[in-house]
Amino acid sequence: MDIKILGSGCAKCKTLEKLTREVVEQNGFNATITKVEDIVDIMKYNIMSTPALVVNEKVEIKGRIPSADEIKQVLSKY
Amino acid sequence: MNWNKNIVIPLLLLPVWYLTYHYLQPITDWSIDIVLGLEKGTRFTESLRFFIFEMPKVLMLLALIIFFVGIIRSYFSPERTRKILEGKSTFTGNILAAMLGIVTPFCSCSAIPLFLGFVESGVPLGVTFSFLIAAPMINEVAVILLFGMFGWKVALIYILTGLTIAITAGWVIGKLKLEHWVQDWVYQTKIGNNDESEEKLKLSDRIRFGYNAVKEIVGKVWIYVAVGIAVGAGAHGYVPQDFMVSLMGKSAWYSVPLSVLIGVPLYSNAAGIVPIVSVLIEKGASLGTSLAFMMAVIGLSLPEMIILKKVLKLPLILTFIGIVAFGIMIVGYLFNFIF
Repeated sequence: MDIKILGSGCAKCKTLEKLTREVVEQNGFNATITKVEDIVDIMKYNIMSTPALVVNEKVEIKGRIPSADEIKQVLSKY
Repeated sequence: MNWNKNIVIPLLLLPVWYLTYHYLQPITDWSIDIVLGLEKGTRFTESLRFFIFEMPKVLMLLALIIFFVGIIRSYFSPERTRKILEGKSTFTGNILAAMLGIVTPFCSCSAIPLFLGFVESGVPLGVTFSFLIAAPMINEVAVILLFGMFGWKVALIYILTGLTIAITAGWVIGKLKLEHWVQDWVYQTKIGNNDESEEKLKLSDRIRFGYNAVKEIVGKVWIYVAVGIAVGAGAHGYVPQDFMVSLMGKSAWYSVPLSVLIGVPLYSNAAGIVPIVSVLIEKGASLGTSLAFMMAVIGLSLPEMIILKKVLKLPLILTFIGIVAFGIMIVGYLFNFIF
Protein backbone atom coordinates (compact mmCIF):
# COMPACT_ATOMS: atom_id res chain seq x y z
CA MET A 1 0.00 0.00 0.00
CA ASP A 2 0.97 3.60 -0.52
CA ILE A 3 1.14 5.67 2.66
CA LYS A 4 1.61 9.42 2.67
CA ILE A 5 2.18 11.66 5.67
CA LEU A 6 1.06 15.22 4.97
CA GLY A 7 2.56 18.05 6.97
CA SER A 8 4.79 21.02 6.42
CA GLY A 9 7.45 20.04 8.90
CA CYS A 10 5.90 20.78 12.28
CA ALA A 11 6.78 18.66 15.29
CA LYS A 12 3.49 16.78 15.22
CA CYS A 13 4.03 15.77 11.60
CA LYS A 14 7.40 14.23 12.43
CA THR A 15 5.87 12.34 15.32
CA LEU A 16 3.19 10.92 13.06
CA GLU A 17 5.76 9.86 10.47
CA LYS A 18 7.89 8.13 13.08
CA LEU A 19 4.89 6.41 14.63
CA THR A 20 3.62 5.20 11.25
CA ARG A 21 7.01 3.78 10.33
CA GLU A 22 7.13 1.91 13.62
CA VAL A 23 3.68 0.44 13.14
CA VAL A 24 4.45 -0.63 9.58
CA GLU A 25 7.71 -2.24 10.64
CA GLN A 26 6.37 -4.01 13.70
CA ASN A 27 3.42 -5.51 11.88
CA GLY A 28 5.20 -6.30 8.65
CA PHE A 29 2.85 -4.27 6.44
CA ASN A 30 3.96 -4.07 2.86
CA ALA A 31 3.98 -0.31 2.38
CA THR A 32 5.87 2.63 0.97
CA ILE A 33 5.85 5.71 3.15
CA THR A 34 6.33 9.17 1.67
CA LYS A 35 6.36 12.48 3.45
CA VAL A 36 4.53 15.27 1.61
CA GLU A 37 5.80 18.66 2.73
CA ASP A 38 4.92 20.98 -0.11
CA ILE A 39 1.86 22.99 0.82
CA VAL A 40 0.46 23.00 -2.73
CA ASP A 41 0.63 19.20 -2.79
CA ILE A 42 -0.92 19.00 0.64
CA MET A 43 -3.84 21.15 -0.46
CA LYS A 44 -4.67 18.65 -3.21
CA TYR A 45 -6.07 16.48 -0.45
CA ASN A 46 -8.33 19.29 0.71
CA ILE A 47 -7.30 19.09 4.34
CA MET A 48 -7.13 22.08 6.65
CA SER A 49 -5.29 20.72 9.61
CA THR A 50 -2.02 18.86 9.63
CA PRO A 51 -0.67 16.26 10.13
CA ALA A 52 -2.68 13.87 8.02
CA LEU A 53 -2.33 10.20 7.19
CA VAL A 54 -3.23 9.23 3.62
CA VAL A 55 -3.46 5.61 2.49
CA ASN A 56 -3.82 4.84 -1.22
CA GLU A 57 -4.83 8.46 -1.79
CA LYS A 58 -7.60 8.40 0.81
CA VAL A 59 -7.36 10.74 3.81
CA GLU A 60 -7.75 8.51 6.85
CA ILE A 61 -6.72 10.75 9.72
CA LYS A 62 -6.27 14.50 9.83
CA GLY A 63 -5.35 17.15 12.35
CA ARG A 64 -4.20 14.92 15.16
CA ILE A 65 -1.76 12.23 16.16
CA PRO A 66 -3.51 8.89 16.46
CA SER A 67 -2.37 6.11 18.76
CA ALA A 68 -0.27 3.26 17.39
CA ASP A 69 -3.29 0.96 17.75
CA GLU A 70 -5.43 3.26 15.67
CA ILE A 71 -2.84 3.41 12.89
CA LYS A 72 -2.65 -0.36 12.94
CA GLN A 73 -6.43 -0.60 12.62
CA VAL A 74 -6.49 1.83 9.71
CA LEU A 75 -3.69 0.04 7.86
CA SER A 76 -5.25 -3.37 8.42
CA LYS A 77 -8.17 -2.36 6.20
CA TYR A 78 -5.92 -2.31 3.15
CA MET B 1 -17.01 -2.55 27.75
CA ASN B 2 -14.55 0.12 26.85
CA TRP B 3 -16.78 3.16 27.21
CA ASN B 4 -17.57 2.20 30.75
CA LYS B 5 -14.05 2.81 31.88
CA ASN B 6 -13.76 6.00 29.88
CA ILE B 7 -16.85 7.53 31.41
CA VAL B 8 -16.66 6.14 34.95
CA ILE B 9 -13.12 7.31 35.69
CA PRO B 10 -13.75 11.02 35.08
CA LEU B 11 -16.96 10.77 37.10
CA LEU B 12 -14.99 9.33 40.02
CA LEU B 13 -12.20 11.87 39.67
CA LEU B 14 -14.57 14.83 39.70
CA PRO B 15 -15.38 14.79 43.46
CA VAL B 16 -11.70 14.24 44.31
CA TRP B 17 -10.86 17.20 42.11
CA TYR B 18 -13.52 19.35 43.75
CA LEU B 19 -12.48 18.55 47.32
CA THR B 20 -8.80 19.20 46.64
CA TYR B 21 -9.57 22.45 44.85
CA HIS B 22 -11.95 23.59 47.55
CA TYR B 23 -9.50 22.95 50.39
CA LEU B 24 -6.38 24.09 48.57
CA GLN B 25 -5.90 27.24 50.65
CA PRO B 26 -6.08 25.48 54.06
CA ILE B 27 -3.88 22.67 52.73
CA THR B 28 -1.31 25.23 51.55
CA ASP B 29 -1.42 27.15 54.84
CA TRP B 30 -1.15 23.93 56.81
CA SER B 31 1.87 22.66 54.89
CA ILE B 32 3.65 26.02 55.13
CA ASP B 33 2.82 27.11 58.67
CA ILE B 34 2.74 23.74 60.41
CA VAL B 35 4.68 21.17 58.36
CA LEU B 36 7.48 23.51 57.33
CA GLY B 37 7.00 25.73 60.35
CA LEU B 38 7.89 28.93 58.54
CA GLU B 39 7.38 32.31 60.11
CA LYS B 40 4.27 34.06 58.79
CA GLY B 41 4.55 37.32 56.90
CA THR B 42 8.19 37.19 55.85
CA ARG B 43 8.96 37.82 52.20
CA PHE B 44 10.18 34.30 51.61
CA THR B 45 7.20 32.64 53.26
CA GLU B 46 4.69 34.72 51.34
CA SER B 47 6.46 34.10 48.03
CA LEU B 48 6.49 30.38 48.74
CA ARG B 49 2.85 30.44 49.82
CA PHE B 50 1.92 32.18 46.57
CA PHE B 51 3.73 29.53 44.51
CA ILE B 52 2.49 26.49 46.43
CA PHE B 53 -1.08 27.73 46.24
CA GLU B 54 -1.21 29.04 42.65
CA MET B 55 0.69 26.24 40.93
CA PRO B 56 -1.64 23.32 41.75
CA LYS B 57 -4.66 25.60 41.45
CA VAL B 58 -3.83 26.63 37.90
CA LEU B 59 -2.79 23.12 36.85
CA MET B 60 -6.00 21.63 38.23
CA LEU B 61 -8.11 24.22 36.44
CA LEU B 62 -6.20 23.62 33.22
CA ALA B 63 -6.65 19.85 33.40
CA LEU B 64 -10.37 20.05 34.13
CA ILE B 65 -11.32 22.68 31.59
CA ILE B 66 -9.06 21.44 28.80
CA PHE B 67 -10.65 18.02 29.21
CA PHE B 68 -14.08 19.48 28.46
CA VAL B 69 -12.76 21.82 25.78
CA GLY B 70 -11.17 18.79 24.11
CA ILE B 71 -14.56 17.08 24.01
CA ILE B 72 -16.34 20.20 22.73
CA ARG B 73 -13.69 20.72 20.05
CA SER B 74 -14.23 17.26 18.65
CA TYR B 75 -17.54 18.66 17.38
CA PHE B 76 -15.89 21.56 15.57
CA SER B 77 -13.49 20.49 12.86
CA PRO B 78 -11.95 23.19 10.62
CA GLU B 79 -13.87 21.61 7.74
CA ARG B 80 -17.17 22.10 9.49
CA THR B 81 -16.24 25.68 10.39
CA ARG B 82 -15.44 26.38 6.77
CA LYS B 83 -18.77 25.01 5.68
CA ILE B 84 -20.54 27.35 8.10
CA LEU B 85 -18.56 30.36 6.87
CA GLU B 86 -18.93 29.74 3.13
CA GLY B 87 -21.06 32.37 1.44
CA LYS B 88 -21.81 34.37 4.59
CA SER B 89 -22.21 38.11 4.13
CA THR B 90 -19.27 40.05 5.50
CA PHE B 91 -20.42 41.36 8.83
CA THR B 92 -22.29 38.25 9.96
CA GLY B 93 -19.36 36.26 8.62
CA ASN B 94 -16.89 38.24 10.73
CA ILE B 95 -18.90 37.67 13.89
CA LEU B 96 -19.31 33.96 13.22
CA ALA B 97 -15.66 33.54 12.25
CA ALA B 98 -14.41 35.19 15.43
CA MET B 99 -16.65 33.01 17.61
CA LEU B 100 -15.74 29.85 15.73
CA GLY B 101 -12.11 30.86 16.19
CA ILE B 102 -12.55 30.18 19.91
CA VAL B 103 -13.88 26.65 19.58
CA THR B 104 -12.18 25.33 16.45
CA PRO B 105 -8.93 23.50 17.18
CA PHE B 106 -6.09 25.70 15.97
CA CYS B 107 -2.35 25.55 16.04
CA SER B 108 -0.14 28.03 14.28
CA CYS B 109 1.52 25.18 12.37
CA SER B 110 -1.82 24.62 10.65
CA ALA B 111 -2.34 28.30 9.87
CA ILE B 112 -1.36 27.93 6.21
CA PRO B 113 -3.56 24.98 5.18
CA LEU B 114 -6.36 26.59 7.13
CA PHE B 115 -5.91 29.94 5.39
CA LEU B 116 -5.78 28.30 1.97
CA GLY B 117 -8.73 26.07 2.74
CA PHE B 118 -10.83 29.07 3.76
CA VAL B 119 -9.87 31.53 1.06
CA GLU B 120 -10.03 29.09 -1.82
CA SER B 121 -13.43 27.78 -0.96
CA GLY B 122 -14.77 31.31 -1.10
CA VAL B 123 -14.66 32.51 2.49
CA PRO B 124 -13.96 36.28 2.17
CA LEU B 125 -10.47 37.49 3.15
CA GLY B 126 -11.73 39.72 5.97
CA VAL B 127 -13.80 36.88 7.46
CA THR B 128 -10.75 34.61 7.31
CA PHE B 129 -8.80 37.25 9.22
CA SER B 130 -11.43 37.48 11.93
CA PHE B 131 -10.86 33.78 12.46
CA LEU B 132 -7.07 34.07 12.37
CA ILE B 133 -7.10 36.86 14.96
CA ALA B 134 -9.54 35.24 17.37
CA ALA B 135 -8.13 31.70 17.26
CA PRO B 136 -4.74 32.34 18.87
CA MET B 137 -5.76 35.32 21.02
CA ILE B 138 -8.76 33.77 22.75
CA ASN B 139 -7.38 30.35 23.50
CA GLU B 140 -8.48 28.14 26.34
CA VAL B 141 -5.19 28.35 28.23
CA ALA B 142 -5.34 32.16 28.38
CA VAL B 143 -8.96 32.16 29.48
CA ILE B 144 -8.44 29.49 32.15
CA LEU B 145 -5.45 31.27 33.61
CA LEU B 146 -7.27 34.58 33.66
CA PHE B 147 -10.19 32.91 35.36
CA GLY B 148 -7.92 31.23 37.90
CA MET B 149 -5.86 34.27 38.79
CA PHE B 150 -8.29 37.19 38.28
CA GLY B 151 -11.76 35.70 38.48
CA TRP B 152 -14.52 35.27 35.91
CA LYS B 153 -15.11 38.98 35.28
CA VAL B 154 -11.66 39.61 33.86
CA ALA B 155 -11.81 36.38 31.86
CA LEU B 156 -15.12 37.47 30.37
CA ILE B 157 -13.82 40.96 29.60
CA TYR B 158 -10.86 39.41 27.84
CA ILE B 159 -13.09 37.17 25.71
CA LEU B 160 -15.48 39.97 24.78
CA THR B 161 -12.81 42.54 23.92
CA GLY B 162 -10.81 39.90 22.02
CA LEU B 163 -13.91 39.05 19.99
CA THR B 164 -14.59 42.72 19.30
CA ILE B 165 -11.06 43.24 18.03
CA ALA B 166 -11.19 40.13 15.84
CA ILE B 167 -14.56 41.10 14.36
CA THR B 168 -13.71 44.75 13.72
CA ALA B 169 -10.17 44.19 12.44
CA GLY B 170 -11.37 41.45 10.06
CA TRP B 171 -14.21 43.66 8.88
CA VAL B 172 -11.84 46.58 8.21
CA ILE B 173 -9.42 44.33 6.31
CA GLY B 174 -12.35 43.09 4.23
CA LYS B 175 -13.48 46.67 3.48
CA LEU B 176 -9.96 47.69 2.40
CA LYS B 177 -10.07 45.03 -0.35
CA LEU B 178 -6.51 43.83 0.08
CA GLU B 179 -6.82 40.63 -1.95
CA HIS B 180 -3.99 41.80 -4.24
CA TRP B 181 -1.64 41.61 -1.24
CA VAL B 182 -2.21 37.90 -0.91
CA GLN B 183 0.61 35.94 -2.55
CA ASP B 184 -0.27 35.36 -6.19
CA TRP B 185 -0.06 31.58 -6.11
CA VAL B 186 -2.77 31.34 -3.46
CA TYR B 187 -5.69 32.04 -5.76
CA GLN B 188 -4.17 29.88 -8.50
CA THR B 189 -3.92 26.78 -6.36
CA LYS B 190 -6.72 24.34 -6.77
CA ILE B 191 -7.81 22.40 -3.77
CA GLY B 192 -8.59 18.78 -4.39
CA ASN B 193 -11.99 17.25 -4.06
CA ASN B 194 -11.34 14.69 -1.47
CA ASP B 195 -14.59 13.58 0.04
CA GLU B 196 -15.58 15.67 3.00
CA SER B 197 -17.14 12.96 5.10
CA GLU B 198 -16.67 13.66 8.77
CA GLU B 199 -15.15 11.03 10.98
CA LYS B 200 -17.88 9.20 12.80
CA LEU B 201 -17.12 9.49 16.49
CA LYS B 202 -18.63 7.77 19.46
CA LEU B 203 -18.88 9.48 22.82
CA SER B 204 -16.04 7.35 24.14
CA ASP B 205 -13.85 8.60 21.25
CA ARG B 206 -14.64 12.17 22.17
CA ILE B 207 -13.78 11.52 25.80
CA ARG B 208 -10.51 10.04 24.62
CA PHE B 209 -9.90 13.28 22.70
CA GLY B 210 -10.48 15.10 25.98
CA TYR B 211 -7.84 12.98 27.71
CA ASN B 212 -5.40 13.46 24.86
CA ALA B 213 -5.93 17.22 24.89
CA VAL B 214 -5.13 17.35 28.61
CA LYS B 215 -2.03 15.21 28.14
CA GLU B 216 -0.83 17.22 25.17
CA ILE B 217 -1.58 20.75 26.38
CA VAL B 218 -0.81 20.40 30.08
CA GLY B 219 2.30 18.40 29.17
CA LYS B 220 3.43 21.30 27.01
CA VAL B 221 2.49 24.35 29.11
CA TRP B 222 3.15 23.25 32.70
CA ILE B 223 6.73 24.43 32.52
CA TYR B 224 5.65 27.90 31.35
CA VAL B 225 3.08 28.00 34.12
CA ALA B 226 5.77 27.03 36.64
CA VAL B 227 8.23 29.67 35.42
CA GLY B 228 5.51 32.32 35.17
CA ILE B 229 4.22 31.63 38.66
CA ALA B 230 7.74 31.43 40.09
CA VAL B 231 8.57 34.87 38.66
CA GLY B 232 5.20 36.06 39.93
CA ALA B 233 5.83 34.57 43.36
CA GLY B 234 9.23 36.23 43.62
CA ALA B 235 7.79 39.60 42.67
CA HIS B 236 4.84 39.04 44.99
CA GLY B 237 7.12 38.86 47.99
CA TYR B 238 10.05 41.06 47.02
CA VAL B 239 8.90 43.87 44.73
CA PRO B 240 7.55 46.97 46.51
CA GLN B 241 3.82 47.50 46.38
CA ASP B 242 3.63 50.55 44.09
CA PHE B 243 6.53 49.65 41.89
CA MET B 244 4.59 49.56 38.62
CA VAL B 245 2.41 52.62 39.23
CA SER B 246 4.62 55.14 37.45
CA LEU B 247 5.43 52.83 34.54
CA MET B 248 2.15 51.01 33.90
CA GLY B 249 -0.28 52.96 36.03
CA LYS B 250 -3.38 54.73 34.82
CA SER B 251 -1.94 58.22 34.88
CA ALA B 252 0.93 57.36 32.55
CA TRP B 253 -0.71 58.07 29.17
CA TYR B 254 2.14 56.50 27.22
CA SER B 255 1.85 53.21 29.08
CA VAL B 256 -0.68 51.66 26.68
CA PRO B 257 1.17 52.16 23.38
CA LEU B 258 4.43 51.30 25.14
CA SER B 259 3.03 48.00 26.43
CA VAL B 260 1.75 47.09 22.97
CA LEU B 261 5.05 48.04 21.39
CA ILE B 262 6.91 45.81 23.83
CA GLY B 263 4.28 43.08 23.66
CA VAL B 264 4.13 42.51 19.89
CA PRO B 265 7.68 41.20 19.35
CA LEU B 266 7.64 39.42 22.70
CA TYR B 267 6.50 35.91 22.20
CA SER B 268 5.27 33.83 25.05
CA ASN B 269 2.31 31.62 25.38
CA ALA B 270 -0.55 32.54 27.63
CA ALA B 271 0.59 30.09 30.29
CA GLY B 272 3.71 32.08 31.01
CA ILE B 273 2.42 35.61 30.64
CA VAL B 274 -0.77 35.58 32.74
CA PRO B 275 0.92 34.88 36.13
CA ILE B 276 3.37 37.69 35.42
CA VAL B 277 0.59 40.08 34.45
CA SER B 278 -1.26 39.20 37.64
CA VAL B 279 1.71 40.47 39.62
CA LEU B 280 2.05 43.59 37.46
CA ILE B 281 -1.51 44.45 38.43
CA GLU B 282 -0.88 43.67 42.08
CA LYS B 283 2.04 46.09 41.99
CA GLY B 284 0.04 48.95 40.61
CA ALA B 285 -0.23 48.45 36.84
CA SER B 286 -3.70 49.36 35.60
CA LEU B 287 -6.08 46.78 34.16
CA GLY B 288 -6.30 48.39 30.71
CA THR B 289 -2.55 48.60 30.27
CA SER B 290 -2.04 45.04 31.47
CA LEU B 291 -4.81 43.74 29.24
CA ALA B 292 -3.27 45.49 26.24
CA PHE B 293 0.15 44.07 27.05
CA MET B 294 -1.23 40.55 27.38
CA MET B 295 -3.24 40.72 24.16
CA ALA B 296 -0.25 42.00 22.23
CA VAL B 297 1.96 39.20 23.54
CA ILE B 298 -0.55 36.39 22.98
CA GLY B 299 -2.46 37.60 19.93
CA LEU B 300 0.33 38.83 17.72
CA SER B 301 3.30 36.54 17.56
CA LEU B 302 6.38 36.74 15.39
CA PRO B 303 6.58 33.01 14.54
CA GLU B 304 3.02 33.08 13.23
CA MET B 305 3.75 36.15 11.09
CA ILE B 306 6.73 34.35 9.58
CA ILE B 307 4.53 31.37 8.75
CA LEU B 308 1.89 33.65 7.23
CA LYS B 309 4.53 35.30 5.04
CA LYS B 310 4.14 32.27 2.77
CA VAL B 311 0.63 33.27 1.83
CA LEU B 312 0.54 37.03 2.52
CA LYS B 313 2.67 39.79 1.07
CA LEU B 314 4.51 41.98 3.55
CA PRO B 315 2.21 45.04 3.29
CA LEU B 316 -0.77 42.88 4.24
CA ILE B 317 1.06 41.42 7.23
CA LEU B 318 2.00 44.92 8.38
CA THR B 319 -1.56 46.18 7.87
CA PHE B 320 -2.82 43.20 9.83
CA ILE B 321 -0.42 43.87 12.73
CA GLY B 322 -1.18 47.59 12.58
CA ILE B 323 -4.95 47.21 12.73
CA VAL B 324 -4.89 44.63 15.51
CA ALA B 325 -2.35 46.64 17.54
CA PHE B 326 -4.53 49.73 17.12
CA GLY B 327 -7.57 47.78 18.33
CA ILE B 328 -5.64 46.53 21.35
CA MET B 329 -4.62 50.09 22.25
CA ILE B 330 -8.21 51.28 22.11
CA VAL B 331 -9.15 48.47 24.48
CA GLY B 332 -6.31 49.48 26.79
CA TYR B 333 -7.35 53.14 26.92
CA LEU B 334 -11.00 52.24 27.26
CA PHE B 335 -10.39 50.08 30.31
CA ASN B 336 -8.06 52.58 31.92
CA PHE B 337 -10.82 55.15 31.42
CA ILE B 338 -13.65 53.00 32.82
CA PHE B 339 -11.93 51.40 35.81
